[in-house]
Amino acid sequence: MTIAQFLVVSAALFSIGIYGVLIRRNAVLVLLSVELMLAAVNINFVAFGSYFADSTAGGQVFALFIITVAAAEVGIGLAIVLLIFRNRASANIDELDALKW
Amino acid sequence: MDLGVAQNWFFLIISLLMVAASLVVVTSRNVMHAALMLVGALAGSAALFVLLGAEFVAGVLVLVYIGAIIVLFLFGVMITQVPIGTSRSLDHANRWPAATVAVATFAVLAGSAVAFFGDEEISGFAAVRTSDIGESIFDRFVVPFEVVSFVLLAALIGSIVLARKDPES
Repeated sequence: MTIAQFLVVSAALFSIGIYGVLIRRNAVLVLLSVELMLAAVNINFVAFGSYFADSTAGGQVFALFIITVAAAEVGIGLAIVLLIFRNRASANIDELDALKW
Repeated sequence: MDLGVAQNWFFLIISLLMVAASLVVVTSRNVMHAALMLVGALAGSAALFVLLGAEFVAGVLVLVYIGAIIVLFLFGVMITQVPIGTSRSLDHANRWPAATVAVATFAVLAGSAVAFFGDEEISGFAAVRTSDIGESIFDRFVVPFEVVSFVLLAALIGSIVLARKDPES
């Protein structure tokens, strides 16, 4: 296995996530696409960890950190979506134009 | 990529399934299908971790992502009453700019990775045991570990504060 094939798959997942973030109107679906991008970054970390084969297993440790941060991000993100839904009765992000003048 | 090696066949099958599942995540008109297809994409990345010799990270990914985060997403979908079933209003009408940005990002990332690394093989299959990861977390990476646990605590308190109803209302 070459390192480049993992990087290409990770790049594909990351760009699909970017497409989802830009195209989706629903806030929950935007968060789902952000999760795709985080999964792509995780693949990069573990692939480079195996490639460099350092003694501290840094790639895998940082993949674990990213998983933790992703859990925190989903918790906060869904709480904010819930708050927006309670105030505006809609979870569509293009209707949140209160700061636009 | 040398297709004479069995690992590369596994890699090809897993990554094609992953890309197909993630395309369904961003294009599906049904929110439930999108959330459940994310399980497919994440399970594929767990399989890639096993292929890279990172079994512990693969296990944690299955437990935390597929076990907890997807369930949280399904809760979010149901609470915010996104129309369950097929809906046309989930996407913006204008999709070409987004597709252009995504394709350009892929071209830059994949092109630079292939141009820089070429055919260099991954040689580091000196098995990283779970005990090695544990020692590394609590020795070399103990400060980032404490910081990330504090972030998780702050996020927990913050999401409770955000999501609860105001007492006076």
